[in-house]
Amino acid sequence: MPVELAYLLPIVPAACGLLGLLMPRSNRRIGAALGVTGASVALAVAVVLLATFQETVEKYFTWVRLGSIDVTFGVLIDRRALFVALAVGVVALAVQVYSIGYLAGDEHYGPYAAQVSIFTAAMLAVVVGNDLILVLAGWEVMGACSYLLIAHDRTLPEAPAAAVKAFLVTRVGDVGFLLGIALLGVAAGSFRISEIFVALPGMSGTTVTAAALLLLAGVAGKSAQFPLHTWLPDAMAGPTPISALIHAATMVAAGVYVVARLFPVFQAAPVALTVLGVMAAITLLLGALAATAQDDIKRVLAWSTVSQLGYMTGALAVGATTPAIFHLLTHAAFKALLFLAAGCVIHAVGTNLMSRMGGLRRTLPVTFWSMTIGLAALAGVPPLAGFWSKEAILLAAEHGTGGTAVLVYVAGLAGTFITAWYATRLWLKVFFGPGYNDHVHAPGSVMQAPVALLAVPSAGLGLGIYLADQEIVELDAVALLPVGLMLLGILAAWWGWRRSGDPAAVLGRMQPFLAAAFRLDDVQDALVVRPFTRLAALTRVADESGVDGVVTGVGTGTVALGGSLTRWHRSGVPRALAGVLVVAAASVVIFALNGLLR
Amino acid sequence: MSALLTALLVVPFAGAILAGVLRSERAGTYAATGAALVTFLLTLPLPIGRGEGMWHEADTAWVPGLGLRYHLGVDGISYPLIVLTALLTLLCCAYTIWHAPAGRPSGARLAALLLVIEVGLLGVFLSLDLVLFFIAFEVVLLPMYAVIAGWGGEARQRAARKFALYTLFGSVLLLIGVLGVGISAGTFDIVALTQNPSLARSTQIGFFIVLAIAFAVKAPLWPLHTWLPDAHTEAPTVGSVILAGVLLKMGTYGIIRVGLGVLPEGARAVAPALGILAVAAIIIGSLVCLAQKELKRLIAYSSVGHMGFVLLGVAAGAVSGGLAQSMGVQAALLGNIAHGVITGLLFFLAGAIKDRTHTGSLDDLGGLRETAPAMAGVLGFAALASLGLPGLAGFWGEAFAVVAAVQLGGGWIALAAIAAFGAALTAAYLLRLLRRVTHGPAASSVTGIAGVTAAERLAWSPLVLLALVLGLVPALVSGVAQ
Repeated sequence: MPVELAYLLPIVPAACGLLGLLMPRSNRRIGAALGVTGASVALAVAVVLLATFQETVEKYFTWVRLGSIDVTFGVLIDRRALFVALAVGVVALAVQVYSIGYLAGDEHYGPYAAQVSIFTAAMLAVVVGNDLILVLAGWEVMGACSYLLIAHDRTLPEAPAAAVKAFLVTRVGDVGFLLGIALLGVAAGSFRISEIFVALPGMSGTTVTAAALLLLAGVAGKSAQFPLHTWLPDAMAGPTPISALIHAATMVAAGVYVVARLFPVFQAAPVALTVLGVMAAITLLLGALAATAQDDIKRVLAWSTVSQLGYMTGALAVGATTPAIFHLLTHAAFKALLFLAAGCVIHAVGTNLMSRMGGLRRTLPVTFWSMTIGLAALAGVPPLAGFWSKEAILLAAEHGTGGTAVLVYVAGLAGTFITAWYATRLWLKVFFGPGYNDHVHAPGSVMQAPVALLAVPSAGLGLGIYLADQEIVELDAVALLPVGLMLLGILAAWWGWRRSGDPAAVLGRMQPFLAAAFRLDDVQDALVVRPFTRLAALTRVADESGVDGVVTGVGTGTVALGGSLTRWHRSGVPRALAGVLVVAAASVVIFALNGLLR
Repeated sequence: MSALLTALLVVPFAGAILAGVLRSERAGTYAATGAALVTFLLTLPLPIGRGEGMWHEADTAWVPGLGLRYHLGVDGISYPLIVLTALLTLLCCAYTIWHAPAGRPSGARLAALLLVIEVGLLGVFLSLDLVLFFIAFEVVLLPMYAVIAGWGGEARQRAARKFALYTLFGSVLLLIGVLGVGISAGTFDIVALTQNPSLARSTQIGFFIVLAIAFAVKAPLWPLHTWLPDAHTEAPTVGSVILAGVLLKMGTYGIIRVGLGVLPEGARAVAPALGILAVAAIIIGSLVCLAQKELKRLIAYSSVGHMGFVLLGVAAGAVSGGLAQSMGVQAALLGNIAHGVITGLLFFLAGAIKDRTHTGSLDDLGGLRETAPAMAGVLGFAALASLGLPGLAGFWGEAFAVVAAVQLGGGWIALAAIAAFGAALTAAYLLRLLRRVTHGPAASSVTGIAGVTAAERLAWSPLVLLALVLGLVPALVSGVAQ
């Protein structure tokens, strides 16, 4: 198969998306067809390329030449890129199909499906792009699409604010991302990733470290790492399939993927890896703890994403790129499943709040079994997907050297316990206990089929990859430690549930604080949002009264001066006359002298 | 081809006269639109037979006693601006056919004035003689004054006066600079001056500062920008579109063509100051936008920030040298065109919204996507393009102004960092704008408003298309410059 086929990965969904935006919004059929086509073609291309994969290839052409640097448009295909592209394709297709049912009564479905297509295309551009400018393009277009899609729901008053927050927080990170790319591109004389790797040994240490740290800012924004993680939980205001898309294979995965893709740059900048490790440990625990106290089912899942991203970046920080991408893939499968299943639950009972759910295992059997697999995979129950990838990460951290590795390992172990605890809590609260819901709307097959299908990789992907590459995980006595912690977590949650009906009762007075995620939103508000709002108001006043005041003042002053001159003239014509005469006389004398002296 | 260059000035001028004398309002606007269409079509064959340097020139003696020449030419630096001018004038003239301003002097006269402005603008972009350049620069001023004063909003007289007086102040400096350069170098010919910069470095610095201030008023560069918000807010829709779309570009074009071209040493020496002011413009413009409460004023102030990016590119290009071969100047050219297209579109939209809701206050607007989804969609598109989303036109100029500054190293990296942060602020105010205007429940002002009309669709779609095409194929602008 020609590798040029890879060009289709971003281009077909993008074309479907742009076309979809032009279609009349009332025509659902065309919207759905375009959306599903874009995702299916991308998926098919990824499958074909993976099946025929031989070696890493780069294909490109010059996009535009600016100054002495060629910006290129092309693809850099390796096995990792194709695996991630495959995951993107699967999740995108599942989301597109599922959305047909989930947005059945929505008159804005057409643009929505088109935006999902563009979102998919942007992520694929990040995944297969050969040039950092192309990666940046996909990176930022994703931010814009997430903005549009999170704001989709017109009935939610908090949706527009959440959308702005998602775009803006990631955009702040992108300031660093752009500068990092600029530093690397300028130092290498090219934005092509392969050229940058070639030029890397010749760059100064300062340049590489600065570039790596700046890139990390962008990564923190996209992959929701502390302190730029605050947008992700709020992004729940978007329709549930969008949450699945953002949390599973796109957007948050982009940051982790880009670090893996540009790993030689980070390897050459140990400081950046240490920073990443600290960020990862904080993010991992912060997300896990915040997930324990939520009542909104989607928020539990959202904070669990934050925490799981901490595992991935932690793996990257100890140099374990393969385990990081491994966990990215398994997480994509089970998190997409969990969100789409949560959507079925929400669709069925009409609320997001777990305190208003219960006993749904009988009324929603398919959802129950799928979600059981998803939650077990999340908790790391062997032999489901999450178990393998988490073991791989912890193994790498255990074998790593230095403080970063210890930090990641300890945080990872603690996270295993907490993850199992909140996953069990969710499972018990939603599917067991007394039922509150008399009228349960069973979701249609368009919604259930993607969920059920995603259960397959959620269960088997880890084992499959392990069988293909047994080096990735080492099953020894140390590997039992996380399993033991996981079991403890499940037991603790079960014990709490038996005792009071909600395991979170254990948290006591900490619960509101944890539910508000350590009130970091307030910190952000006080340290960033409000100072800038005030600064903006001040600048406006300074500019409109200060700078413009000078201009208006000069105008008024000139008019006033003219006025007094007029008065002076009127009152003292003789004086003026005398003045004019004096000047005239002086001129005559000077001219005369001039002539004489020649 | 050289006759074509003259035709580019004669056709709109003839159209303006025709539109002015025709008795019938309808015939007048049609004549003007026809002339604008012909002018636009005339710009299209210009790239045929292009080569290195000037593609085509027309050069005859004009006032031989003073050494003045009627010297026109087109190259890759001016061509994109020429096309943009012709396109926007065409769209604005066509727009007046359907959207004749009610209760005001006739639409035909408005269209005629737009054509006179076009003559001046094309004259600026085509001139290769400094005196001719100056004259064309001045031709634009009075008709624009008349457009604001005749068809503007409530405070139009004051805004028009401020615009005219402020930019006249710039013109005085331009005249001094132009005459000074011409007299000390012994020629007014821009091509000759660019090829053999004979002036001493200190002379160049002096003249560059004078000229840079003159152009900075027009661009406008902070802190010489305060005529702009008033002029934009009061100007009629087509006036704002032309003003933001191409009139400001006279300033940035002048600083590239005359400043960097004729006075390269002076430009290089002053570039750091220019860069600092450009970055200040980006940050201050964005912050003011963040606190702005009026729709058109906000878009006007956004021009200050965007022009800051363009001037950062110019400053970087001045240091690296090489004029159109440098990344900085190419970024500036891309940013120039992108800003013209996108801000033109934004002003069309702001006009459409104000016409329907009779308010521009962000507090009174809201929920546009509920009542006019198509309009809200285009507004969202324009805002995303304006905040520099890759794939749309605004990205290239701004991102590569930053890259060009990084390329220079040293303190320029700090400027690049601040400018990049300004891009985040730009996103902040545009998202705030969208949130106030399109999201939320429908405000009473937007309830029951009419959807997008055929005329609006006609005027907007070329700009929407260009914003996308230039985003995907930036070489359309930067490629012709090389």
